[in-house]
Formats: sequence, structure tokens, C-alpha cells
Amino acid sequence: MGPQFFYTIEVILNGLMAGVMYALVALGFVLIFKSSGIFNYAQGVMALFAAQTLVGIQTGLVPFSHLINAVFGTDLHHFGWEIPSVLAILATTLVMIGFAWLVVRLVLKPLAGQEPIILFMATIGLAYFMEGFGDLMWGSDIKKLDVGLPQGGNIGIEESTSFLGGEEFYGFYIDNLDIWAAVIATLLVVALVVFSQYTKVGRALRAVADDHQAALSVGINLETIWVIIWSVAGFVALVAGIMWGAKLGVQFSLSLIALKALPVLMLGGFTSIPGAIVGGLIIGVGEKLFEFSIGPLIGGATENWFAYVLALVFLVFRPQGLFGEKIIERV
Amino acid sequence: MDGAAYVTPDGRSIGDVVMEMRNITLRFGGVTAIRDISFDIREGEIRAIIGPNGAGKSSMLNVINGFYHPQEGEVWFRGAKRGPMKPHAIARQGIARTFQNIALFSGMSTLDNIMTGRFTKMKSGLLAQAIWKGRAEREEVENREIVEKVIDFLEIQAIRKTPVGRLPYGLQKRVELGRALAAEPKLLLLDEPMAGMNVEEKEDMSRFILDVNDEFGTTIALIEHDMGVVMDISDRVVVMDYGAKIGDGTPDEVRNSQAVIDAYLGVAHD
Repeated sequence: MGPQFFYTIEVILNGLMAGVMYALVALGFVLIFKSSGIFNYAQGVMALFAAQTLVGIQTGLVPFSHLINAVFGTDLHHFGWEIPSVLAILATTLVMIGFAWLVVRLVLKPLAGQEPIILFMATIGLAYFMEGFGDLMWGSDIKKLDVGLPQGGNIGIEESTSFLGGEEFYGFYIDNLDIWAAVIATLLVVALVVFSQYTKVGRALRAVADDHQAALSVGINLETIWVIIWSVAGFVALVAGIMWGAKLGVQFSLSLIALKALPVLMLGGFTSIPGAIVGGLIIGVGEKLFEFSIGPLIGGATENWFAYVLALVFLVFRPQGLFGEKIIERV
Repeated sequence: MDGAAYVTPDGRSIGDVVMEMRNITLRFGGVTAIRDISFDIREGEIRAIIGPNGAGKSSMLNVINGFYHPQEGEVWFRGAKRGPMKPHAIARQGIARTFQNIALFSGMSTLDNIMTGRFTKMKSGLLAQAIWKGRAEREEVENREIVEKVIDFLEIQAIRKTPVGRLPYGLQKRVELGRALAAEPKLLLLDEPMAGMNVEEKEDMSRFILDVNDEFGTTIALIEHDMGVVMDISDRVVVMDYGAKIGDGTPDEVRNSQAVIDAYLGVAHD
């Protein structure tokens, strides 16, 4: 077999890794959509906000320093300490839980029982609010995020596979960060599945996803469940924010990765956790392979649009996605 | 009236008042669904609420379990006046219910559905559950045992692991009853438990309702359309028509009441 074959495998492997990153973002959408029927437009901004907060806490930035300096004429920037990554991640998780509680209290509760489109619009408002709030709190400059995850090609894999394709093949190039992302995402999904299958609150989460009234009638408090769901979605956003932030730097464009989650959701279905994973992998592999094989023929840059075209094709033939529930309306 | 045991004409003695509705009025905008209705439910009895379509029976059940809040009137439960409470808090007080159009968690198995009925009985915290050790694990096992008893009682062992969405209608109704029973309710509300069933399924369901009442002493309030079934299984009957109460008493008393006959068969206008 020639090197061409192994290049293709390398492309597929990298596609899978990229797919995991998309799946991470899509997962947050699915969690909230499944349990409350809300399409949370703010999921991408939540990832950005989580990453900003993490960097802010870790590097000891003074929150709202611009505002404070402007009002009081002070010159605050840093507290002058550095906090270990683990503690900073824990603190950020707490912030995201507090955020979830506020969203349920101030946005979802007053709007309970409204049309889905109204709740959707509320999350659009939420997204823009958070975007501004995050910038106000931590500043809008591009920040470097480093929680100690290794980056760059994995030498071990590269060297141990270099014998495969002869002279011209130097072994598989796989980024360490991608490997970590894949491992962490897998752990996260396994933990979520186990939790929702075998615990009281997990059952309550699934119950609320199925039928609100029945859930109330067995004594489940919807508000509590919503806070838990938004907290978990916030934590997933934090993980996505860390991975993407480490890759691209913490900056505004991070919130746009949410757009990449849309085709993933259309493929996998809005209500399925496995769907989010499989959808992410298909899109990741699909766009890398397409770029690799067809890209050079049509001038490249196909990664910008391939996912959306694939999603459009899916919408025509299977609108509920691969794993979504089929919606049958009686006439 | 309170305190003294009430003896039904067929000699069964039923206990104190568990729930009392006092002058309940419920309006939706300009429409009055329930107009100044009072009645009580006594410990250990099967209390039926009957009436033609649109009489306000389901609305009454929704008031009892907190889905609706009446504009006027008082609800007394176990000797205390109940303020405006959320449905989940009322469930916590020991009121369980089933629904007219089956509200099961269709993606979940029979076992998991009935396990959700134990929700209010399980106390372990979120963190303990996340690591599933100690108390959370013990609790899971204990509650599972009770659920298995309910499953045995309703004779649905064969469908324990089946997602309920795939079950036939009659069995779904039975699983829903199981979920309510698992909560060991002090008051069990059944909204048309036999609606849409064939004769055989109706007989099964009647038997289960009587057995629940008999074996666990559960107080039951049920709504039913099928007059025959209601008269057979209930101790006392409230009759509603156009949101008002037109009869209250034993099945025999109700059957012979002129107002009830008129409501069901129509009155000749001259």
C-alpha cells in the first residue's frame, strides 16, 4: 500500500478528532433542548464566557476592572496571583452553576409555558447580554488559555507508525490536544449516560424530558431540574471552551463555534446524546475527507461550507436527523 | 361530622375526612368550570366523581392536585387548610394521580417509570448520587424492592424492561397506576382509569382498584364516564353537571336522584 492510503487514514483520524470537538458543543444544545424544548442560542456564548472566566480567575484578573477604573479613576488590572488550573476550573464551574440558577430564575421561570419561539428569542437576548457582560467583566482582548494540556503533534504516534508507508510516509500526525479532547469528551459522555440511567436525579431528568405534567405529578420540581440541566450544559460549555480556547485563544470568534454545532445537530437529531456524538464525528470526518479528496479540484476551503450542505441534504431526506424522534402529526 | 366514622349502607365503615373541598369556584377567563362545589373524601373510601362531558370533573381533579388554583373556596387536606401550592409540593404531601390521556415517560422502561414514582421518597443528595455510594446506593436498592412489589401486584413482570411507548394501551394504563402506587399515596387520584378500554381490560382495572383499596387501605378519588363500573366499585359518588354539583351520596341514592337522571338522560322541556 502506498503512502496515499495512509494519508487518507490520517485525514480520517484527524477528522474524528475534530468531530469530537464539534460534538462537545452540540452536546450542550441537546441537553437543554431535550429537557425543556428550548433551543439555547446562547450555548456558544456560554463556552466563550466560561473560557473567559477561567482565564480571568486563573491569571488573577480583576473583574470589571475597566468599569471600576473609569468610575473611580483607579488603575486596577491584576490581583497579582496565579491560581492552579484545577482550582480555577472548579471555581469556574461554580460560576456556571450560579449562572444557570440566575437564568432559570430570571429568564425561564417568568417565561414558563410560553411558546418555544419566545423562549428561543429569550436565549438570543441572553447570548448578546452574556457576550457584552463577559467583555465588560474580563476585557475583550484575546487571551491565551493554558490549563496544562499538551499541544503539538504526538511524537510517539508519529514515530511508531512511520514504518507503515515506506520512505515518503513519516507516520500519523495527531495533535496531543485533540487526543486529550477525545479522551475527556468520552469520559464526559460516559459519566452523563451513567448518571442519567442509574440515579434518582438522572431518572428525573429523563422524566422531565418526556412529560412535564407527569413529572410534576410524581413530585419533581421542574425549576430544580432546569437548574441542574443548565449547570451541566454550562459545564459542557466550559469543557468546550477550554478545548477550543486552548486551540484558538479565548476571543469573540469562540462563540461562533456554536454555528458549527448546527449541522451536527441536524445530522444527529436535536434530542439524542449519541446523535450529537455520531453527528459530530460524521461532520468532522466528512469535511476533512472532502477537503482532502475533492478540495484540490475545486480550489479548497470546502471546510467552510461542507457541513452546512451535508446538513441541508439531510434536512431534505431525514428531517428528524439520524437519531431524533420522528414527529408524526395526526390530521 | 369530623371524627365520627361513617358507615356506608352496605356496612363498610370508612374513616375521617382526609380531604375537604369547600365552596370551590374555578374560572378560566369568563368561563366558569366549577361553580361553588363542596364535598369531602374520607379515609379508606373509593370516592367517584361522575358527570357528563364538560361537567368539570377533570378540572376538579386538577384543583386537588394543584395544576389549577381555584379563584374561590378552600381546600383542606388532613385537617389543615392548604395555601396555593405547586403540584410537585402537593405530590410530596402524598397525593398521586394518573391522567386521562396517559402521561407516561414513553422513552423509559416500565421499571424506570415506576421508579420515578418513588421520587419523593428518596432523599440522598445530588453529590452522593453522582458517586452513587453509601446512602444513595442503599436507597436505590430499598426503593427498587418496593417497586418490584408494585410490579408483582399489578402482574406486569413480563414488561419490566420494555420501553412503555411500545406497550398496548391497557398495559400503559396499568403502568401509570403502578407509578402512582409506588408513591404510597395517602390519596390516589384516577382520571378516567377505564377510558378507552375493552370490557376485559375494564374488569382487570376494576379489580386492581378494589384490591389497592382493600389491601393497602388507599383512599381513592376517581373520575369515570362508565356509570356501571362506578356504581359497582365506589362507596360514595359526587355528580357534577355544567360545573355545579347536582348529587352526592351512595351509588343507590345517586342512581335514584331525579336531578342526576335528568342530567344524564335529558329533561323534556314543555
